[in-house]
Amino acid sequence: MDLHYLTAHELGGLLQHREVSAVEATEALIDRIEALDGRVQAYLTRTAEQALEQARAVDAARARGEEPGPLAGVPMALKDNLCTEGVRTTCASRILGDWVPPYDAAVVRRLKAAGAVILGKLNMDEFAMGSSTENSGFFPTRNPWDLERVPGGSSGGSVAAVAAGEAVYALGSDTGGSIRQPASFCGVVGLKPTYGRVSRYGLVAFASSLDQIGPITRDVTDCALVLGAIAGHDPFDSTAADLPVPDYRAALKPGIKGLKVGVPREYFGAGMEPEVEAVIRRAIAKLEELGAICEETSLPHTEYALPAYYLVAPAEASSNLARYDGVGFGLRVPGRDIIEMYMNTRSQGFGPEVKRRIMLGTYALSSGYYDAYYLKALQVRTLIRRDFETAFTKYDLLATPTSPTVAFRLGERAGDPLAMYLSDLCTIPINMAGLPALSLPCGFSQGLPVGLQLIGKAFDEVTLLQAAYTFEQSTTYHRRRPELGVA
Amino acid sequence: MEYEAVIGLEVHTELKTNSKAFCGCTTAFGGEPNTHVCPVCLGLPGVLPVINRRVVEFGLKTALALNCQVEPFCKFDRKNYYYPDLPKNYQISQYDLPLARKGYLTITVDGQERVIGITRVHMEEDAGKLIHVDGPDGGYSLVDYNRTGVPLLEIVSEPDLRTPAEARAYMEKLKTILQYLDVSDCKMEEGSLRCDANVSVRPRGSQVLGTKTEVKNMNSFRALQRALEYEIERQIAVLEGGGQVQQATMAWDEARGVTYIMRTKEEAQDYRYFPEPDLVPLEIDGDWIEQVRAGLPELPDARCHRLINDYGLPAYDAGVITSSRALADYFDRVVSLYPDAKVVSNWIMGDFLRLLNAAGLEPGSSPVPPEEMAALLQLQKEGTISGKIAKQVLEEMFATGKGARLVVEEKGLVQISDAGALARIVEEVLAANPGVVEDYRNGKDKALGFLVGQVMKATKGKANPGLVNQLLKERL
Repeated sequence: MDLHYLTAHELGGLLQHREVSAVEATEALIDRIEALDGRVQAYLTRTAEQALEQARAVDAARARGEEPGPLAGVPMALKDNLCTEGVRTTCASRILGDWVPPYDAAVVRRLKAAGAVILGKLNMDEFAMGSSTENSGFFPTRNPWDLERVPGGSSGGSVAAVAAGEAVYALGSDTGGSIRQPASFCGVVGLKPTYGRVSRYGLVAFASSLDQIGPITRDVTDCALVLGAIAGHDPFDSTAADLPVPDYRAALKPGIKGLKVGVPREYFGAGMEPEVEAVIRRAIAKLEELGAICEETSLPHTEYALPAYYLVAPAEASSNLARYDGVGFGLRVPGRDIIEMYMNTRSQGFGPEVKRRIMLGTYALSSGYYDAYYLKALQVRTLIRRDFETAFTKYDLLATPTSPTVAFRLGERAGDPLAMYLSDLCTIPINMAGLPALSLPCGFSQGLPVGLQLIGKAFDEVTLLQAAYTFEQSTTYHRRRPELGVA
Repeated sequence: MEYEAVIGLEVHTELKTNSKAFCGCTTAFGGEPNTHVCPVCLGLPGVLPVINRRVVEFGLKTALALNCQVEPFCKFDRKNYYYPDLPKNYQISQYDLPLARKGYLTITVDGQERVIGITRVHMEEDAGKLIHVDGPDGGYSLVDYNRTGVPLLEIVSEPDLRTPAEARAYMEKLKTILQYLDVSDCKMEEGSLRCDANVSVRPRGSQVLGTKTEVKNMNSFRALQRALEYEIERQIAVLEGGGQVQQATMAWDEARGVTYIMRTKEEAQDYRYFPEPDLVPLEIDGDWIEQVRAGLPELPDARCHRLINDYGLPAYDAGVITSSRALADYFDRVVSLYPDAKVVSNWIMGDFLRLLNAAGLEPGSSPVPPEEMAALLQLQKEGTISGKIAKQVLEEMFATGKGARLVVEEKGLVQISDAGALARIVEEVLAANPGVVEDYRNGKDKALGFLVGQVMKATKGKANPGLVNQLLKERL
């Protein structure tokens, strides 16, 4: 049995029935990583010993007759911007050096309590800034469907690991599409929950008002399962909503008859690959066939989302990243005085994209420019939010492409930041509005996966998951696996 | 030309909440360096702040006591600047929407009462402390983050102050109010009360503001007054010399008694304020405001008026006694047991404060509790001891912590009111001083005082002075 390609709910069932032990599952995944990761390069840090220890603890609990829950003993991995006590957390940046957090992120705490087996920390664009994982300060991750292509980003390591069977599921973070766009590129399910659904405590901040942690899984059931494990109020995050968490998995009932789905025309603009558009149109037709009522609609301020995002996100980042100064932790490059030490540390520690955004953000917040840039961007943000509010008076869901293209080649956009920014055209507005959105496999173009993005009302992940589940149950795209030349 | 100064003060006060503004660490002063810290106040990657409810409550108390309007909606902002005592390289503060605005307090200088406007009150976090160590290659610096994240209130006055004495009176009044509210220790020397001053000068009668400087590093009330006196003189001298005041941040050098330029306007920092995305804005519930208002203690002005109106104390006495909540509490307690307020006030303002100050103690930690002070006054009133002996007894009580009655008994200080016993001593004194007796009989009234003194001396001060007088007059 290929344990590495089982979903969490499948493996969880085997574990609960003691047909497989957590140690066996963990060893299978470790072997898989050994065999493959030299080529995929998803992992920055592997924690095999710790994973086996966690697995043994779960097996021991089950041997005592306890049932620690459906995710107990299931091997998974974390994007490397989630703090893990005692395990280095790099954000794929040289500036963090070998910094080891003294605490666990809230989601890590929850997963550990649920018996998760953590295989390691996954590659990403430095500080989650990028759409291809080429901005990693260490090495780029490859797309398991075509190793010459990018996996997307910034959660490229997370999606590649899940797509390649190097983790049963992973957690990523999404500030402007960093879960959904790579999920689309690698043919997995990626959910950005509503802003405030999941605690951000322990997620190394990029843009605080946009960042959200979410699951990356191989099917919708796992997505529901993992979301249920990480969602909920946290006294350590003032922006985490104090709302009840539904049983997402139990809510997964197929059937979308009468569901009203809006299809905003602005998401099918110039730059979209015709074949990708065709795949998306067919997926929407499939939703109709399944009983949904789909119609074209408009979100008129969509075109302003990207420029406004590139003011808000860098502005917040310029402040969030000020703490990497060589004083208290991480890299320090000495200088003659404190100012020179700051400059040496930050010049050598940050990569070019991070520097670009710090400069953009610093400029946008500067005295005399604040009103023209940052404040204006906040106003645009309000307009974008209103677009969605208006649409949701008519529709239960919105359906769009996740990305206008399939995965591009390594290096293809690396020298052109604007072209790179355009990969997030369809995902950024959702972060600006704080809404939940999910990308799920809906077909292939040039042999590469294409993702359908479903956007829901705030805190209505249930409808989103139900629709995705219904679609998934009537298709087989999520069962296709990349040819990686190993068993 | 005659000039007048225009002064506004920005006061920072550390709030004495148990825990820090945005994490659970203790706010206790001192402690081994970097022991009162956690990932949040160290600004480690991934952490988030959570506002301490008590900080808002203390802010509300202060705002209401300063007659401010509490804003229905306020938010936190980030003030961005690089300094190694600030681990995040931004300070969480409040910028355009502070907790409260538009208040005032009253000061009295040279008998003149003045109302000083309060522009705003806002909440923010404190930074850590740098310790510079000299050595080769310029030495090095250490950082102590214990103070990082301790809650501060910033209280900004209107530019309503006109003299250094008024500025000092404002600061003293503010300190008194904060102490009455029990929201801050207000120790300027420990830095729990800090003050920066904006000051400019202009020809008297002009309505146009001159160019201002901001003066920092004044660590006592005296320093504030001296620094302002110096800075005002300096600015006037610049103008008199035909120059222009340069907009700058100045530092007060206490040892040299001068201000000097820290940075000019050109070097002014751009703090790039923007709303703190990790905290949600606060909408302060009207019920909460009313609850806090109802729980406010009697404030210094009200208490001062009560002492004048209810006890008939002179305004000066009432002002001195209410300048400290602990002293006023002490007074009220003594008066409740010994209801002659003027006598109590005289004793408290005289010997009691003298002994306290000499011992460097606060009224609350006096070795003589108010009950014993009342007992002492009672002994004097009953005639058991004389006023002179009472002073002696109070000193003994202060030194030993013993009760009034115990001291009087142990030291055998009970007043001699036995006419027979005193008559013998009076005879002896008269016999020993025939010249003085003669003087008195010749109309020198002063001579009587000498004779009384001799009797007191012979009785070690224990003789009842009224009785001595009476006996002497009878015999003469």
